[in-house]
Amino acid sequence: MVYPETGRAVVTLLERLGVRVGFPAEQSCCGQPFFNTGYRRATEPLVRRYAAAFRGYEHIVTPSASCAAMVREQYPRIAARAAAEGRDDGLTEAVAEVVPRTYELTEYLVDVLGVTDVGAHYPHTVTYHPTCHGLRALGLGDRPRRLLERVKGLELRELAGAEECCGFGGTFAVKNAAVSVAMGTDKARAAVATGAAALCAADNSCLAHIGGILTRRGAAVRPVHIAEILASTGPGTAGGPEGAAR
Amino acid sequence: MTGRPVPLGMPSFPRAAAVSTRDARLRANLKHATGTIRARRAAAVAELDDWRQLRAAAAAVKERTLRHLDHYLVRLEERVTAAGGTVHWAADAAEANRIVTELVRATGEREVVKVKSMVTQEIGLNEALAAAGVRAYETDLAELIVQLGDDLPSHLLVPAIHRNRDEIREIFRERMADWGRPAPEGLTDRPADLAEAARLHLREKFLRAKVAVSGANFMVAETGTMVVVESEGNGRMCLTLPETLISVVGIEKVVPTWRDLEIYLQVLPRSSTAERMNPYTSMWTGTTDGDGPRAFHLVLLDNGRTDTLADTVGRQALRCIRCSACLNVCPVYERAGGHAYGSPYSGPIGAILAPQLRGLAGPLEESLPFASSLCGACYEVCPVAIDIPEVLVHLRERVAEGGEATVRGTRAVVRPARRHALERRVVAGAAWALDRPELLRRGRRLAGRAARFAPRRLPGPGRAWTDGRDLPEIPEESFRDWWARTRAQESSQESSHEFSHEFSHEFSHEFSHEFSHEFSHEFSHEFSHESSKGGDR
Repeated sequence: MVYPETGRAVVTLLERLGVRVGFPAEQSCCGQPFFNTGYRRATEPLVRRYAAAFRGYEHIVTPSASCAAMVREQYPRIAARAAAEGRDDGLTEAVAEVVPRTYELTEYLVDVLGVTDVGAHYPHTVTYHPTCHGLRALGLGDRPRRLLERVKGLELRELAGAEECCGFGGTFAVKNAAVSVAMGTDKARAAVATGAAALCAADNSCLAHIGGILTRRGAAVRPVHIAEILASTGPGTAGGPEGAAR
Repeated sequence: MTGRPVPLGMPSFPRAAAVSTRDARLRANLKHATGTIRARRAAAVAELDDWRQLRAAAAAVKERTLRHLDHYLVRLEERVTAAGGTVHWAADAAEANRIVTELVRATGEREVVKVKSMVTQEIGLNEALAAAGVRAYETDLAELIVQLGDDLPSHLLVPAIHRNRDEIREIFRERMADWGRPAPEGLTDRPADLAEAARLHLREKFLRAKVAVSGANFMVAETGTMVVVESEGNGRMCLTLPETLISVVGIEKVVPTWRDLEIYLQVLPRSSTAERMNPYTSMWTGTTDGDGPRAFHLVLLDNGRTDTLADTVGRQALRCIRCSACLNVCPVYERAGGHAYGSPYSGPIGAILAPQLRGLAGPLEESLPFASSLCGACYEVCPVAIDIPEVLVHLRERVAEGGEATVRGTRAVVRPARRHALERRVVAGAAWALDRPELLRRGRRLAGRAARFAPRRLPGPGRAWTDGRDLPEIPEESFRDWWARTRAQESSQESSHEFSHEFSHEFSHEFSHEFSHEFSHEFSHEFSHESSKGGDR
């Protein structure tokens, strides 16, 4: 919704790698904000919508580790609970059909397409924040790093305390704003300390939170989604750290 | 009432944390302490090639035992009784406190020494004993610091983790004399000097005490053996010197056999203190002539545990062996501190244990399941594989949507929390809109066009975001519009006028009337109340 450049980058990147990309217009939010806030039943229509919208596609790719984790970890649980409460109506089957075909972007690139060099050129210093869902729920491991290391001109800087949560946490960011901002401020400080021009991650929600703190503090580090780096083919293409604030 | 009596007016987690996160000294103390132990735990665990198998076994044995808890508890009672001990059953905190108080009174003593015990914190035993004229002396160094400072524990394992050594010296100097032997003249803040002061202060209590109160880390059903794991040796003193020993233990602490115990004696010290083996492991079975206490009483405590056991998702919290690895790794705990959780059980495990043992009894308990960013670090380090994020979300559901729960042994329908009434309407509205992507797309187009008028700071509930963070800028063209323009054949040229009319019509028709009424009435009230607490930072 708010970061069209990420979606454009994913399409550009995948088409460059020879993938035929579709975008079913019936798709919507995966429902994670509702589910994680305790509204499991309100999430069910979105689970059904996801399963219906993506039926028939070979692979389902999302540039968000937390959305991928939501689908993979929670959709089967939501379907099972719905069935136990007498509302299955084909949900279990529909979910089982889409869950194994859902991939986070870097997973899809490395595991399915089998590439680490995607032909990108991004002549900037970058530090990478492995988001919690990518790190712990999906187990992305070093996939994002392997992709970044093959980007021409890119210099990767180590982020101190990289594995610690940035404090976004969905509605946690507003329900526990004080703790959330305290965590995000530490993450923002660590990013600034790297001296990198861009802070990169595989999830725009975390980047919106850290980026909001960075711009409030007037910091020069710009949050950039990893898809935009991987889609970039040199100075002048979209996604450079000189772009708009996140 | 189950659970420890909660001090009146105990604030919800966000309110308490909004204050504690601004406490620079607390933040520094916690960052230092948890940062150190975090790295050491990781190293201690990495030493074992079979950690994953140990963890799986630790989870499986606890899970199996909990499924047949009645069986193992009856066996335990038989063995303890056969070995000369006496078993008492306490349904709740009040009953446990009454049993212990009567047992102490029967000895004619007016003081007891205590081994560090979470469960006696949970039931508020010290306060109950004090009301009956019995003084309870904490003998664990950190518990002593908490007790002398009229403080509350803020960590499962290191209750005084929020104090630095300078603060500890001041507490010793000012308060030791009120409880016994005063602090030595010229006490410094060197750890060795502080430990010596505590040693001298406690020694006279160990030698004098006729009654001790402990908890237990484990109870082995096959022999009726109690196990206490500790670092300082104060526990060993309490468990061996007095004539009467009273142990208060939660019913979930039973393990079937010694072979099962072996697993936990490996995973607990590494997860807890990052040690291969803890310095003192005390085990006793009933009483033994001429050795140790002549009378042994075991008080088995329920206090909400059976209710928790009835919840198929939530009951995994009962596997907990109180190692505190989840606290040490938790970024929320590190910044908010243990006191914000309003319970002796703090951190991630406290956020799922306290609301289950006490029930979702009030604003504090209702707020605890939300005291997490769901980052999953706690689950990753838990030696008994409690999926804390799963239980947090499960409890959030009970708060937000209500559902079935067991309360004092009876199946009951929990109504959704009143404080979440407005949120439920916001969610209903958002879910309604998200189930209509075409409508959203057109709404997004309006927002893109109006982006340059977007405020930097939001009023009302949005303040919670913009007080500490900027809002993202919204580019004019959405992805959906870009896709339609460049990739798809379909036209996307509806006028925004037409759309906004349609949108507002449809929206207002379905629920906006009810919603806006609710919004202005309840939310603005609640939020002005929230924001008057002194700002978030």
